[in-house]
Amino acid sequence: MSSQAHAAPHVGAAPTGFVRKYIFSVDHKVIGIQYYLLALSAVAVGIFLSLLMRLHLAWPTMHLPGFVGGLMTPEQYLSLVTMHGTIMIFFVLTTAPQSGFGNYFLPIQIGAPDMAFPVINMLSFWVTFVAFVFMLGAFFVPGGAPLGGWTNYPPLSGLGEITGPGEGMGETFWLISISLFCLASLMGALNFIATTIDLRAPGMSLMRMPLTVWAWLVTAILGLLAFGVLLAAGILLLLDRGAGTSFFIPAGVVVSDTVQNHSGGSPLLWQHLFWFFGHPEVYIAILPGMGVASHVLSTFSRKPVFGYKAMVYALCAIGFLGFMVWGHHMFVSGMSPYSGLAFSFLTLAIGVPSAIKTFNWLGTLWGGRIQFTTPMLYALGFVSLFVSGGLSGIFLAQPAVDLYLHDTYFVVAHFHLIMGVAAIFGIFAATYFWFPKMFGRMMNDTLGRLHFWITFIGVYCIFMPMHFIGIVGHPRRYADSTGVNYLATPLLHHAHVFMTVAALVTATAQLLFFFNFFWSLKWGAKASENPWHATTLEWTIPSPPPHDNFGGNYPTVYRGPYEFSVPGAQDDFIPQNLTPAQAGQAR
Amino acid sequence: MAPATVIPEEIELINTGSGGGNDRISVPRRPGGGGNGGDGGVPRGGGGDAAVPQRAYMTGMTVALAGILMFFMALVSAYIVRKGFPNGGWQPLEPPRILWLTTLVLLASSATIVMARRKMEDHDDAGFRYWWRVTIVLGLLFLAGQLLAWRELVHAGVYLSSNPSSSFFYLFTAAHGLHLLGGLIALVAVDRMRHPRHLTLGTASEVVAVYWHFMDGLWVFLFLLLIVGR
Repeated sequence: MSSQAHAAPHVGAAPTGFVRKYIFSVDHKVIGIQYYLLALSAVAVGIFLSLLMRLHLAWPTMHLPGFVGGLMTPEQYLSLVTMHGTIMIFFVLTTAPQSGFGNYFLPIQIGAPDMAFPVINMLSFWVTFVAFVFMLGAFFVPGGAPLGGWTNYPPLSGLGEITGPGEGMGETFWLISISLFCLASLMGALNFIATTIDLRAPGMSLMRMPLTVWAWLVTAILGLLAFGVLLAAGILLLLDRGAGTSFFIPAGVVVSDTVQNHSGGSPLLWQHLFWFFGHPEVYIAILPGMGVASHVLSTFSRKPVFGYKAMVYALCAIGFLGFMVWGHHMFVSGMSPYSGLAFSFLTLAIGVPSAIKTFNWLGTLWGGRIQFTTPMLYALGFVSLFVSGGLSGIFLAQPAVDLYLHDTYFVVAHFHLIMGVAAIFGIFAATYFWFPKMFGRMMNDTLGRLHFWITFIGVYCIFMPMHFIGIVGHPRRYADSTGVNYLATPLLHHAHVFMTVAALVTATAQLLFFFNFFWSLKWGAKASENPWHATTLEWTIPSPPPHDNFGGNYPTVYRGPYEFSVPGAQDDFIPQNLTPAQAGQAR
Repeated sequence: MAPATVIPEEIELINTGSGGGNDRISVPRRPGGGGNGGDGGVPRGGGGDAAVPQRAYMTGMTVALAGILMFFMALVSAYIVRKGFPNGGWQPLEPPRILWLTTLVLLASSATIVMARRKMEDHDDAGFRYWWRVTIVLGLLFLAGQLLAWRELVHAGVYLSSNPSSSFFYLFTAAHGLHLLGGLIALVAVDRMRHPRHLTLGTASEVVAVYWHFMDGLWVFLFLLLIVGR
């Protein structure tokens, strides 16, 4: 018993019963797929909600099915804003790239048979599932879904039904769901970190880990340190709502001519606690996408990642700085201008590691023999969206500019591009890239390219105009701008109609993806062990991988993760587990 | 990038130490230990090495404690901000006297768990059991004392919602108490470990002891905060 992974570790026989194999499975691969399918369901709901909002914004008097009298009330619009944001951020952007692909591929890429604590891993998924049930349940309780936005600021969120239809039971469900989600994410982060530290194969030193693994590790550390804070804030808010405490509710709040029975709490306290979580959360959503982009760009440029170490340090720097910039979400809260200045400088500082990553992606592409496969297109799309969304972040990092733009569509455009769509492109790149490994079949490339081009052009058509209407001063979160004089221009209306049509087309194009996904599961061409000629350990095992990942032959790692086009080598790629002799490199 | 070619001598091998437990502690292991790996009753194949090195449990605990620390620090920062909030209506709360006693009990329990671990290192199984169980009793006494403190406050008419200071008092004691209860359950579980499978008694007791010391230190910190920062 002198070493772990090398000397034939075992995971034992695969469970045979349906329940142990597919429902309460402790196999990280099954759990990864479960997370992915959860995210797929959530994204369908989230897209549907956004389409309802877009239709309402373009044609406010349009009759929509499912609403009393066919018309959407402003409160219902706010519910849609809240639930779209919450579902997308927590149950899609946090769930799919990290918990989904991370669970599936992190152990394989480091040469481990499973996560360090498989039962905690299973619990983490099922708690997430219960959280999702509570979140969806908020639609169906009396009063409907909450109105507070995904940021859920008090006092609106702390006073109960009196502040709006969804603020009763719906808001309570929201808080319970988020608290459960925090618990689940903490368990997941624990597993990711312990696994990466202790279960690496012999030879898999830190600087030989694929950048995906680095991204998942840094993301897990962010989750570990951030979700506990949101959990604490959620508990405080639940107590304010249910137990009559006054952590966040100030004295003398008057709602509907009634003075509320609270004393001296601080709504700003919630903002600080929330954003201390909320900003790292943004990176939790995007860092795995960065990892996937690096991985895919290198594979299909047939070149090593340019500046591997710089990429690792940039990831760590982004994670580190990510904890010191939460105040930039609060420039308009009346905070001290001196704090604002500090937060502004720190935020601008994130531009440095972000630029390192961007230029290194371009450096990876430079002079490569680029193969435009579907995952490659999505990785390129990721870089494009990351740059487009990131540039507007530099605007918003400056308090003077942010004061004007903060409550406008400019911010909506910014965070959708950088965090929403870019992260989704990371998910798509990962899906098209790893689908053959996960399911043993290829996805259809033609459908994939079609899906890419419609989605890529579509999302720019949806979100670019938002910058302009934001600069004009169009406020966000308004259900209807009728009656606001300066917004009642035909031009703005046309912009809204344009974005809505673009959203409808883009959403429809996602059916191509869903069709391709499920069709390929059954009828896709059989995938070989290594269809992309890639180098990392997951491509050295059968597709799909056996129950214990390596069929008993646990790998030893001899080289870095991206040895493409090595001069003197037989092939243009050298898998990490090949010995120098096997790689045919004369020395 | 790493150099393109690596000669075998350069391969870093990641060793796990003794694998069968902790380097420092060598508890007599039952025959076939490790034959049934798994961290939660998952049947696994027999023989040979187990998948998870023992040190992963300590890594996991360290990581978990970092998360728990962030949770409590969020509450503590809320306490400090809320207390300093202008016109916040803060009325200082005198912590019940009994907390001094419960604090002593908890400190004592840290000492007894250290004793238990020493006995284990000396291969004195009976001594280990004895001190381990004393720790369990002290832990129960601590929790009972915390409940008495609550009762004292309730009798004085101080409730969760009476004042922000009392809200935080109940919140801190409850959150810490729940974490300690989890620790107690773990203590009992280790005591009842009759046929350790992959997780050895040595590792389990070490990991639980670290958790217990952490909860002890955390309580001392919270108690000081409640007294000095009231």
